[in-house]
Amino acid sequence: MSREEPMKNHSDNKTRRMLNILIGGEAGQGLVTVGQILAKALVRGGYSIVVTQSYQSRIRGGHNTFAIRVGVDEVIAPRESVDLLVALDRDTVTLHSKDLLPDGLVVLDGASEIDGDSLLKVPFKELAQERFSNIAALGVVSSLLGLDQGTMAGTLDDFFGKKDATLAAENDRVLAAGVGWTTRHGTSSHKLSAVSDHHKRLMMNGNEAIAFGALSAGLRLYSFYPMTPSTSIGLALAGQAKRMGLIVEQAEDEIAAINMAIGASFAGAPSMVATSGGGFALMVEGVSLAAMTETPVVVVVAQRPAPATGLPTRTEQADLEFVLHAGHGEFPRAIFTPGSVEECFHLTRKAFELAERYQGPMFLLTDQFLADSYRAVRPFELEDLTPVRAGKDVAESPPYQRFAITESGISPRLLPGMAEHLVVADSDEHTQDGHITEDLSMRRQMVEKRLRKGEGIRAEAMPPDVVGDPNPGLLLVSWGSSKGAVQEAASLMESKGERVATLHFSQVWPLVPDQFMSHLESARQVVSVEGNASGQLTRLIRRETGFDIKKKVLRYDGLPVTPESILGELNR
Amino acid sequence: MVTIDDYGDYETAWCPGCGNFSILKAVKQALVASNLKPHELLFVSGIGQAAKAPHYLNANVFNGLHGRSLPVATGAKLANPNLTVIVESGDGCNYGEGGNHLLAAIRRNIDVTLLVHNNQVYGLTKGQASPTSAEGFVTKAQPQGVPSAPFNPIAVAVAMKAGLVARGFAGMTDHLSELIQQGIAHRGFALIDVLQPCVSFNKVNTFGWYKERCKTLPPGYDPTDWEGAMKVAFEWGDKIPIGIVYRGNRLAFEEHFPPLREGTLVGLDVDPVILKKIMNGYG
Ligand SMILES: Cc1ncc(C[n+]2csc(CCOP(=O)(O)OP(=O)(O)O)c2C)c(N)n1
Ligand code: SF4
Ligand SMILES: [Mg+2]
Repeated sequence: MSREEPMKNHSDNKTRRMLNILIGGEAGQGLVTVGQILAKALVRGGYSIVVTQSYQSRIRGGHNTFAIRVGVDEVIAPRESVDLLVALDRDTVTLHSKDLLPDGLVVLDGASEIDGDSLLKVPFKELAQERFSNIAALGVVSSLLGLDQGTMAGTLDDFFGKKDATLAAENDRVLAAGVGWTTRHGTSSHKLSAVSDHHKRLMMNGNEAIAFGALSAGLRLYSFYPMTPSTSIGLALAGQAKRMGLIVEQAEDEIAAINMAIGASFAGAPSMVATSGGGFALMVEGVSLAAMTETPVVVVVAQRPAPATGLPTRTEQADLEFVLHAGHGEFPRAIFTPGSVEECFHLTRKAFELAERYQGPMFLLTDQFLADSYRAVRPFELEDLTPVRAGKDVAESPPYQRFAITESGISPRLLPGMAEHLVVADSDEHTQDGHITEDLSMRRQMVEKRLRKGEGIRAEAMPPDVVGDPNPGLLLVSWGSSKGAVQEAASLMESKGERVATLHFSQVWPLVPDQFMSHLESARQVVSVEGNASGQLTRLIRRETGFDIKKKVLRYDGLPVTPESILGELNR
Repeated sequence: MVTIDDYGDYETAWCPGCGNFSILKAVKQALVASNLKPHELLFVSGIGQAAKAPHYLNANVFNGLHGRSLPVATGAKLANPNLTVIVESGDGCNYGEGGNHLLAAIRRNIDVTLLVHNNQVYGLTKGQASPTSAEGFVTKAQPQGVPSAPFNPIAVAVAMKAGLVARGFAGMTDHLSELIQQGIAHRGFALIDVLQPCVSFNKVNTFGWYKERCKTLPPGYDPTDWEGAMKVAFEWGDKIPIGIVYRGNRLAFEEHFPPLREGTLVGLDVDPVILKKIMNGYG
């Protein structure tokens, strides 16, 4: 097909309620820029999105993708099959044509020697200079989708800002050129239906929601050492540090990062650290220190495939057991595993509250997929949310005992330097006033006191989410970022007449069997879905309940769990 | 007025004759001379015999992990710069396990006074070599003698133009107390390396050995002359110079942070208007 001819075979007046757009290219081609601007314009247009970013551990070259699944109705999961493939390079066509749906369309450079059906060859060189060709592609896609061009142009301008007027003008011109060319030569086969009810939405990814949740919870000191996929939490916070009045410090290593956070928290600044598995390995002694000195700290572990450096930029859920057992000795903790961007926000707040209330380390376990996955989220109701307050104001009658033995295990936490009382904390076993001791009966009492706090944490544990048939033939059990994929796989099976339910854990520790045993027992078959190779939650459920989930759907190739990957395994 | 009694008098777990006793005394004297009340102070320490020192006086204390006292102190100072923060730990703790944190603390120039009880040996773990043990120093763990060259903390700190660099000797309590006072008064990072006899595990660098060699810097010595300080930093032999070796003039780390210009990070409210603006920035 010549690029001068309109694509008649694709013209059709039906609009689409849902589409999966995959933009592919080399690092350095501006692919993430196009993806972010397009995603933002879609969100501003009232659409729901789920973004999947897949990139290589390099700054230039290689092959990266930015996939946007967009819908008029709520989208909860990524898809592998592609409706619209936007190829900024040749590899994208070669690698992803297999995923193209029968009525899919490929947008590629007119200069490419690739020929075939379903191709829209765009003369990018005629439309723009090479460094603007990603913006031309944006115009093409936005026209193919039938987006409001005012929204699109406004989003583009907001993204680059107005500082460089020449740049802004050229961007606008190239965008319009892309749109204009597509109006003349494109197709109407991939137009999105308009959204009728148009609520205000935000575009946020998991890491941004964690950062924003932490700000709303009263974070005052964030110390970090860069490690993908956790780094953008620090970037989101650093951008707001000045106006929010917090300190973001890049530490010399992860050991320093967590110790700095502990020091700040001890002195009264709510603190957080984030890293990935390798960095967390270095923090582990600090986790134990926070527990022993009963110092609040929120620890975010954004998982990536391991062991060791693994696949630095891909996703996995293989650090559940690591985080559960991290730290020598026995002490209580909570581990939250958000299943959506909204949950990243709310559970970060919850981690701060528990850390302060129970005075110790609390965890958020996410992964690269969720960290980088932009979604359309309703604005949060900030009015009812209060930040945490570090320590207590009331002066205890002297002499103050930082580790006074209490029924709940929680001792009154005063801050050093605020009044005449003295606060003494020790990583050695200590007396009630915090001084080093080898009195072995005190040792017993302190162990029991610390563990008693675990009963409170357990009483506050969130029950897993149950969706679907109350007496299902099949119950899918999952945790963390795969929530949407598992729920969508279940809906797809239900639409074929199967009786399916899902049991999803957004908190994996403590596990309270009373909250979910009846669901496990009433299902005819239970299958777990995990992003690791051995079934870590499956094993934990067996350990805690004796219930043995026999069938597991496991993914550990570095890519996120998708509805297709679940159904494919189930039907094997 | 603060008196030495405000700091209490406690039983210790140290060996009789240990240099740590005089360091403790010098610290208390310096605190009294600086007119600091116990609750205005935060002592942060690591693990080792030296690291127990903060338990033996009245103050706020965070006795953390081996090697990790500097990051804890940094976090606490950033949270509440009104606290006078003093780190007290051994040569193993600060120059071995926590070496990277020492370099970072010097680069940051955080307003913390670091007191290193340098006995050139690992005391608490019973006599292995430390980073400052002399080459050839024989221990049960190094029966053929230490094969590595010793770490020179003064030279490293002066080379990096640290805020304040000093060496003291536990056997000269008044002189040491004066150094500690200057360290506390200095706005920025202060390293005070204190030569400390360990009667149980270091039979080479004894009280007599140090006493014979330690000589205060001459009256006209100018600690702001960096090149002169670099020369002094390498003097170690029949004569070991003690005193303030170098004094820099960089801005203290915490002065770079806007929220700390108005106060501390403690008890701040979250501004709902700004929070909402940030949220809308995602729209
Ligand atoms: C992570 C860790 N490694 C090792 C130890 C064991 N340890 C305790 S103190 C110490 C060395 C102490 O030497 P130094 O810091 O010079 O203090 P000193 O006892 O000589 O005053 C060691 C190796 C520990 N507590 N933690
Ligand atoms: S072992 Fe050495 S440093 Fe430790 S208390 Fe005894 S004499 Fe002092
Ligand atoms: Mg020592």
